[in-house]
Amino acid sequence: MAVETTTLPQIKGVKDVPYDELFVSGHRTCQGCESALVMRHMVKASGPRTIVLGSTGCMYVANTTYYTTPWVVPWMHTQLGASGSAALGTAAGLKVLMRKGKLKNEKINVIAFCGDGGGADMGLGAISATLTHKEYNCLVLLYDNESYANTDIQLSSQTPYGAVTTFSPSGSQKRLMHTRWKKNVPGMLAAGHPESRYIAAGCAAYAVDLMNKIRKALELGGPTFVHTLDPCPKGWDYHPQYSQELGHLAVECGIWPLYEVIDGVCNLTGPTRQIAEGRKKRKPVYEYLKRQGRFAHFIDEDVEHFQAQVDKMWTEWLIPGVIPFTIQAKDQTILKIDKKPIHEQKSA
Amino acid sequence: MAVEVKPRESSDVETEQLATGCEAIAEAIRLADVDVMAAYPIRPYDGVMQAAAKLIANGKMDVEYIVADGEHSQFEIVKHACAVGSRVFVGSSGVGWFYAFEAIAVTAGLRLPVVAICGNRALDDPGAFGTEHNDSLAVRDLGWLLPWAETAQEAMDLALMAWRVGEDKRVSLPVAIGLDGAFLTHSQQIVKIPTQAAVDKFLPKFDLGDRLLHPDNPITIAPQVDQDWLMEIRMQNDQAMRKAHDVIAEAHGDFKKLFGRGGDSPFLDEYMTDDAEYVVFGQGTLALPMKVAIRRLRKEGHKVGLVRLKWFRPFPTREIVKSLSRFKAVGIIDRDYSFGSPYYGGVLYNEVRSALYSLEKRPTIVGFIAGLGGREIEQPMATEIFEKTKAAAGDIKSGDICHWIGVRA
Repeated sequence: MAVETTTLPQIKGVKDVPYDELFVSGHRTCQGCESALVMRHMVKASGPRTIVLGSTGCMYVANTTYYTTPWVVPWMHTQLGASGSAALGTAAGLKVLMRKGKLKNEKINVIAFCGDGGGADMGLGAISATLTHKEYNCLVLLYDNESYANTDIQLSSQTPYGAVTTFSPSGSQKRLMHTRWKKNVPGMLAAGHPESRYIAAGCAAYAVDLMNKIRKALELGGPTFVHTLDPCPKGWDYHPQYSQELGHLAVECGIWPLYEVIDGVCNLTGPTRQIAEGRKKRKPVYEYLKRQGRFAHFIDEDVEHFQAQVDKMWTEWLIPGVIPFTIQAKDQTILKIDKKPIHEQKSA
Repeated sequence: MAVEVKPRESSDVETEQLATGCEAIAEAIRLADVDVMAAYPIRPYDGVMQAAAKLIANGKMDVEYIVADGEHSQFEIVKHACAVGSRVFVGSSGVGWFYAFEAIAVTAGLRLPVVAICGNRALDDPGAFGTEHNDSLAVRDLGWLLPWAETAQEAMDLALMAWRVGEDKRVSLPVAIGLDGAFLTHSQQIVKIPTQAAVDKFLPKFDLGDRLLHPDNPITIAPQVDQDWLMEIRMQNDQAMRKAHDVIAEAHGDFKKLFGRGGDSPFLDEYMTDDAEYVVFGQGTLALPMKVAIRRLRKEGHKVGLVRLKWFRPFPTREIVKSLSRFKAVGIIDRDYSFGSPYYGGVLYNEVRSALYSLEKRPTIVGFIAGLGGREIEQPMATEIFEKTKAAAGDIKSGDICHWIGVRA
């Protein structure tokens, strides 16, 4: 029997976005929750022939309650560190059942999501393993709101430098309890899994870009990975109406570069590409930090350190925000991107 | 759903082969047409994955075989494969089993009939490869069915039973077969391998029905229920476990009809108990040295016997009460420990005593902890167990004690 294919063409603009909602009312996420928007865009992009596996976190506990499920597509809970294994097991099950003729042979999208705690901390090993199993078609989506936001805003390996969380309060003797730099998850996964055909970093503030990344991941097949940065009013301490704006700022300040790695080729997208090409000036990180209560305790030297680290991402990394090491000086010319420090960049 | 099983036909002739417990289970995987299995190395269970991998490499079976990055992933992979309708197999041992514990817990809660083996092994630290039952027993409260095998033949037969019983819609619970590490996992015995046709008669196709996770059946599995619904759902698990008892008996009857094996009772294997006054009770391979001891002691005129437990969960309370109430004293041999438990006894000891509590006339129940870490239960130890059991007869309070057997001073 021939395989029925549902193709997922690239979306050209907002008017081209599918009308059907597959993530509907019923969820109990906070006002301004960007992660809920990621869920909505994710299934909008993938369409109804999709199975979603959701690991523990906000998008399980707050999002999927008995009798009020927001999921129109089939959905199943998985454990905090198991998004990679859930994707793999589901994809393997579908594949073998179709091969043996026990299930109708058709394309079914498998998406497992996890938060930053489930994906960047506990479940990183399982995601890594899954990205090496190239014979199974599945996407792992990491929605990153930069803390264990469901359990009370505790710091994760994705919490930015210096941010206040309930595990890293600012006190009279210690201003900064958390001084680790954010783990570079999509970059590390892209670097470490050469047979994964698609790994991307996105943000729901750039909705069409994100939906297209989901579609590319599902269309290219094999095990793929998409990481989204999701502003979180509760965890980041700002008014819910500014979620989209903060998403934009994270990208425009160069803190969260948007990119995709397709078959080993890195492609910067959206404003990140414009910044890299010198068409847009990177905004100072202060523009982003000052809007959030979690950085309210920052003094000038904290802001300067943050800026210096972000500058380093752009000036010293092999690929800005992607590959966190550099290349020796004599080979620098092979990189054709604007690597000047922020104060030397020209305005677009 | 009950299955119509036709009696044994002349074409249902088994072939015989020399196989370890692990190899026998691998044959069961082939015969059951398993769809997905996940492997991760730890001794001694992993012999089954090695044997199965060979069958796959030689084209003897078509299974999606995934080498996972750890036991937690192993059990999560098969759990999710099962949710989309795959017949699955998995396994582990000792601390590996504990590494998977979260996934093991939720699999029962999800009512997914994953079939596993636990190649029973001592828990580290300190390191030990040998048999101890604490790994399997740790899941005893969670809703896994827990049979224990004595021989390689029984291991294979129980595996076929496991898919049949676990996948039965009245039960829909995971099954973990206990195989004593080394003694059973890696000892060769003659095993009768049934024909595919006969197994197909015994084992219906796996069908999750309206619980299948598929775009044509867009259900939400395991949403957050909190205090609103959890208790009702827990009670459904309890009811499934209660029903499992009769489903096992039914499957055992069909198995016997088709393959002529399995003994009189699905739950207990009794050895020389007809006129016995003192018996020992235990599970797994310790039956072998105890049987040898029984034959020896009977020659000396002692009326001794053995009752071997085949299914620890569901605990066959009715059958155990009926059987053990015939004897003057019962020695329970635990190849496990339960530190700080009542009378500092093992797990079986306290479960059996609890089962007999409401009897008017109870036998004396004495506890023994023996063979930990894979230590052999030698004949002098077996003799000591019978002597202590006999000495306790008649005074029920004399059983409020648990003896450690074969421990150096």
